[in-house]
Amino acid sequence: MAYSQEDLATMDSIIKRYPRSRSAIMPLLHFVQSRVGFVNGEGIELIAKLLSLESAEVSAVATFYTQYKRRSVGEYHVGVCTNTLCAVMGGDAIFAGLKAHLGVENDGVTEDGKVSLEHIECNAACDYAPVVMANWEFYDNQTVESAKDLVDSMRSGNPKPPTRGPNSLVTWKEASAVLAGINDGKAHEGVQAGEPTLLGLKISKEGK
Amino acid sequence: MTTSEITDLITVVIDGFEVSVPKGTLVIRAAEQLGIQIPRFCDHPLLDPVGACRQCLVDIEINGRAFPKPQASCTIPVEPGMIVKTQLTSVVADKAQKGVMELLLINHPLDCPVCDKGGECPLQNQAMSTGRSETRFEGVKRTFEKPVNISSQVLLDRERCVLCARCTRFSDQIASDPFITLNERGALQQVGIYEKAPFKSYFSGNAVQICPVGALTGASYRFRARPFDLVSTPSACEHCASGCDMRTDVRRGKTLRRLAGDDASVNEEWNCDKGRWAFKYVTAVDRLTHPLIRDASGELVQASWPEALAAAAKGLQENTSAVLVGGRATHEDAYGYSKFARIALGTNDIDFRSRISSNEEREFLAAHVVGSSTTYRDIDRADHVLLVGFEPEEESPIVFLRLNKQFRKRALKVSAIASKLSIGVEKLKGDFIKVAPGQEASAIAKQALTSLSVILVGERASESAGALSAVAALADSTGAKIAWIPRRAGERGALEAGAIGNLLPGGRPVQDPAARVDIAALWGVSSLPSDNGRSSDEIYAGISTGAIGALLVGGVDPLDGVNSADALAALDKAFVVSLEIAPSEVTLRADVVLPVAAITEKSGSFLNWEGRARSFDAAVSDSLNRSDLRILSMIADAMGASLNLSTVTSAAKEISTLGKWDGARVSMQAVPASQSSNLNSDQFILNSWRRLLDLGTLQKGEENLAGTARQTVAVISPSRAQALGITDGNLLKISTTQGSVTLPALVEDIHDDAIWAPRNSLGSQLLVNLGAGHGAVVTVVKL
Amino acid sequence: MTKLAPVLSAHWDEKDSFTIEAYTRHGGYKASQKALAMDPDAVIQLVKNSGLRGRGGAGFPTGMKWGFIPQGDNKDHYLVVNADESEPGTCKDTPLLMANPHVLIEGCIIACHAIRAKHAFIYIRGEVTHVVRRVNQAIEDAYRAGHLGNGIDLVLHVGAGAYICGEETALLDSLEGFRGQPRLRPPFPAIAGLYARPTVVNNVESISAVPAIVANGAEWYQSMGTEKSKGTTLYSLSGHVNNPGQFEAPLGITLREILELSGGIRNGHTLKFWTPGGSSTPIFTQEHLDTPLDYEGVAAAGSMLGTKALQIFDETTCVVRAVLRWTEFYKHESCGKCTPCREGTWWLVQILRDLEAGKGTEADLAKLLDLCDNIMGRSFCALGDGATSPITSSIKYFRDEYIAHITHGGCPFDPVASTLFVGAGA
Repeated sequence: MAYSQEDLATMDSIIKRYPRSRSAIMPLLHFVQSRVGFVNGEGIELIAKLLSLESAEVSAVATFYTQYKRRSVGEYHVGVCTNTLCAVMGGDAIFAGLKAHLGVENDGVTEDGKVSLEHIECNAACDYAPVVMANWEFYDNQTVESAKDLVDSMRSGNPKPPTRGPNSLVTWKEASAVLAGINDGKAHEGVQAGEPTLLGLKISKEGK
Repeated sequence: MTTSEITDLITVVIDGFEVSVPKGTLVIRAAEQLGIQIPRFCDHPLLDPVGACRQCLVDIEINGRAFPKPQASCTIPVEPGMIVKTQLTSVVADKAQKGVMELLLINHPLDCPVCDKGGECPLQNQAMSTGRSETRFEGVKRTFEKPVNISSQVLLDRERCVLCARCTRFSDQIASDPFITLNERGALQQVGIYEKAPFKSYFSGNAVQICPVGALTGASYRFRARPFDLVSTPSACEHCASGCDMRTDVRRGKTLRRLAGDDASVNEEWNCDKGRWAFKYVTAVDRLTHPLIRDASGELVQASWPEALAAAAKGLQENTSAVLVGGRATHEDAYGYSKFARIALGTNDIDFRSRISSNEEREFLAAHVVGSSTTYRDIDRADHVLLVGFEPEEESPIVFLRLNKQFRKRALKVSAIASKLSIGVEKLKGDFIKVAPGQEASAIAKQALTSLSVILVGERASESAGALSAVAALADSTGAKIAWIPRRAGERGALEAGAIGNLLPGGRPVQDPAARVDIAALWGVSSLPSDNGRSSDEIYAGISTGAIGALLVGGVDPLDGVNSADALAALDKAFVVSLEIAPSEVTLRADVVLPVAAITEKSGSFLNWEGRARSFDAAVSDSLNRSDLRILSMIADAMGASLNLSTVTSAAKEISTLGKWDGARVSMQAVPASQSSNLNSDQFILNSWRRLLDLGTLQKGEENLAGTARQTVAVISPSRAQALGITDGNLLKISTTQGSVTLPALVEDIHDDAIWAPRNSLGSQLLVNLGAGHGAVVTVVKL
Repeated sequence: MTKLAPVLSAHWDEKDSFTIEAYTRHGGYKASQKALAMDPDAVIQLVKNSGLRGRGGAGFPTGMKWGFIPQGDNKDHYLVVNADESEPGTCKDTPLLMANPHVLIEGCIIACHAIRAKHAFIYIRGEVTHVVRRVNQAIEDAYRAGHLGNGIDLVLHVGAGAYICGEETALLDSLEGFRGQPRLRPPFPAIAGLYARPTVVNNVESISAVPAIVANGAEWYQSMGTEKSKGTTLYSLSGHVNNPGQFEAPLGITLREILELSGGIRNGHTLKFWTPGGSSTPIFTQEHLDTPLDYEGVAAAGSMLGTKALQIFDETTCVVRAVLRWTEFYKHESCGKCTPCREGTWWLVQILRDLEAGKGTEADLAKLLDLCDNIMGRSFCALGDGATSPITSSIKYFRDEYIAHITHGGCPFDPVASTLFVGAGA
């Protein structure tokens, strides 16, 4: 794809955030994902050119981090935490259930391109286990059935909103733009905290 | 070591033995001083410590305080009060090392019997010293597709790789060519290139050489030999004036590979890919095997040595003769030519500069270069290095590595007076002083240098009138040191040997009577010719006018000048005696052809740009071919004028007896710069240099190497490109009255008046195609 | 009975707690005003006096870390906040930033002033889109309000999925645009950190604790916690409990107390094992219920306080499966730089898979422990050490269960029994 003048201006502004331009590799890779959906050769070469690096140096970085994808993922990329705690509490069952339900394996994408599936590591929401992420938004306290409903809602084009996140689920590309540091104006949406987050405070206020 | 460099010594105890080493020495190297070998993979003395492989773990305590766990001895500098226990005295260190070795081997294939590294493999050796006899690993080994061509000359077997990152660190830290990197993560981490950008570094072979396993192999050596079948000979590189120490490995009379030798003061442990992988020319070309004489019908026919020597002697004796010797002669051979010219031919008409040259240059060499001793060490200490007519990465790669080392270590300031910003200067973040081709002199005059500065002048400076005069003036006024860096390995030696018309051996001016007496006494002759001799161009002109009738030519390519037609006409006209290893343009025109030994077949030495002798023995011991020196002696004998130089050793001994000239140097007449040209909108001034990898005769037959050459392009500036509607990749026809070349355009940082193209690359042989080098006006048309 | 003490979490229950308005309503950005009027060294001294220790796991005194930054060296200094929360079980910084990003920003301003830095970075893990939004918006709002941009700049840097970047030097390499692999130390970040300049790297919770310390004084902070572990901290309770969540309490509270406050182990079940500070800290069992959860107490009991990530597993959980899964995590997250961790975690997984599947032998158990011995303390950074912790500690407490897998020829546990939705028809 061709990057628009606006895209290039955005990339330039990303580079200018840093005292040294090379630091911009990671947000620029997120930005490429926001435009292409994954990190392709064109994106790597463009970043190399913008930062005066060899393409090999950029691809060395891109292949180190698991969030940078080598090929298209779904419009909604679903990650099921199968690290020990979530796995034990139901993550394994949810992951198995989703694989069967979607007919895809780990890293697979549904034929309609709507949903991709990945088992992920601990996502810092253990008090909401088992946790499912979609485009890196939180879907807390999932069950096999709720997870199936979630992906069904994605495939029907009307995804359920995250439990702790914006009012509606953004697409993979839109989420990637957020990760590139671009403000989508949705920071104020959603709850400030879920119940487990507030439990200690609540108990404390009860005088315990 | 001078007094200022004596560093503080620190005494430590390793395995119960005391050793005192300079502050900053790493434990692993302090142990080496005691002969204690700690196993290692990622450690390399010339790369920054990384501590990745963990093979060199030892127990350390400092002033009674023990580290809680074993430490990587390749990352820890010695400290006062340090007690180190290696695997020899610490059970913990021994187990740690054995544990790491076991882990390194679990995913390493058991393919030593078919691996090129087998027999000289640090992993194999250290697995024997530090490994278990049987593996405890019963799982599944990691496998990768193999091998992967990461360039046309380097292959990668990822499953053999132990991920020490020596290769990637070399490419980044030493060569500044980060074309290979570590990719992926964890157990899948692997060395690789970016898929569309092969490992086209001029220094890629070093990565192969320092690979401690068989993961990186050179295409030309892969599956060719077992190391224990090779005979290794120390050698010196003949490809340029950097002066690399080398090792040549031969099996049954055939060179199978060459490796960088270890000389801390010159090439450290590195060399360039040309030096490493261009050696087949010795065997790839049709070697001349017998003397040839041109018969009455004009055909070259085989002759016996006595016949041929007699014919050569006769022709040279019957004519006024001159000598042209190419820039690849050894110091001893050049000395032979020099002495031959004076004694056997009675002339100073000799020139080693078989390339574009000038009389300004000849005076400069006599006044400022011969006998001088600027060295790599001066680069190490310089406050500022100025490049004039010199592109280090292309024309003397080890000089580039040294500049790069100092740049990376201490941000050495490098400035380049040039028309085009080169890749090498860009890597050095050099100050690019942009001038139109031919206008170098005025820019040189403006430089502010100090007595700590070094001016590196290339042979191309002779192509810009006044440039060398300006360099001389700048050095005089600032005290900066001059180093002249020719491209060819033999030029500095030939200069010192007096294979040039204004100097006798040892830098003695021809016109200085005392100097002549010195040499005449040594040579046992009553007198020597006293007038400055002709330069190569003047020699060709002399043939044309009839002033010169015969020519002794050794290793010269007549196409290496801008007036190649004149040179060829002169060779056609004169009686020519040619000493060569293979048929050439000279052979076609020679009257007597005498085959000589190639570099691997003889001993001798080169003087590198520093003037440092780089001597070598014959790598191939059973060659019947004779050196130029030997044959010159034989011709001289046939002429009744003995050279008394029967062997290389006798020549070397005579050279050392000579000593340096301590009398007055030739003084240099400043030459004015040429006027700048007014250009039409389609006219440019040509700028060019030879690339390291190009169509050079010593690279014949090396297709793998040629595959890593840089792309042939014509470079113009953004503003000119815009004015002419040219973008990258447009085909440009560059013409002179003599011819044209057509090249794809590349828009880059270059003087607006200039167009750059490689001088001798595929599709761009400018001397032949355009009859032009540097500074000529050319016409450019977008096709 | 130790009482909970919400300081960081005091206002999280207000719907708009993440906004600059809410933060200011409760006195936000007053501490930074106060600090900016102080001599930087006095701020460092104040933090030293408070006894605040790093909340990222190692517990290094924060004020001392700040004091290591050379002064008057005419170099740029940097503050880098480690918000790459990825340790299994750790889930405190994420809700903190979701509910109140401004407290971190104010902490950054104070810390920058103290260490004479003009530039701060927050390195946040990339897998939390909404938290990125919240922090980014908060930074924008802080600029608009003039708290940032007047001599102190703050940049949010979003990671991209690499646990190793929680290691501070790997984080710095990642932030510089390299592969996130740990660097050699020395030089330590305080001397040559980001861009080879003096740099302080602190955890989110550590920096977030600073505004309250500046506002209320060192003595106030000192009054909470234990002798060497001062102040309050977030304990994250998860797993087989009736009520998981965040509990801010003075250091030194015990798991028994937290369980009592929160409602205990899930009904009908008993505690089997737990982690005090994430998966890299050796596991505990019932016998450690009364271990004071402060730096010294946990260390004395053979583990580490770590990130206070209390992952609770009841008797339905197979310890071999749990450990295998953690080991797979370490293998996945090993950066690849050093041999013991890269190759060792690869091998550990293969042995553990066999053991879990009942295909192992007792000799494998010995091999497993020997392998851990060859990884622990031999790796480049603590990731390799962490990988061995669950294995060695679980064999210490549950060797019989490993043996049971061998004799049983497979896992004797029903994985369904340990799910949260057992009996719910799933």
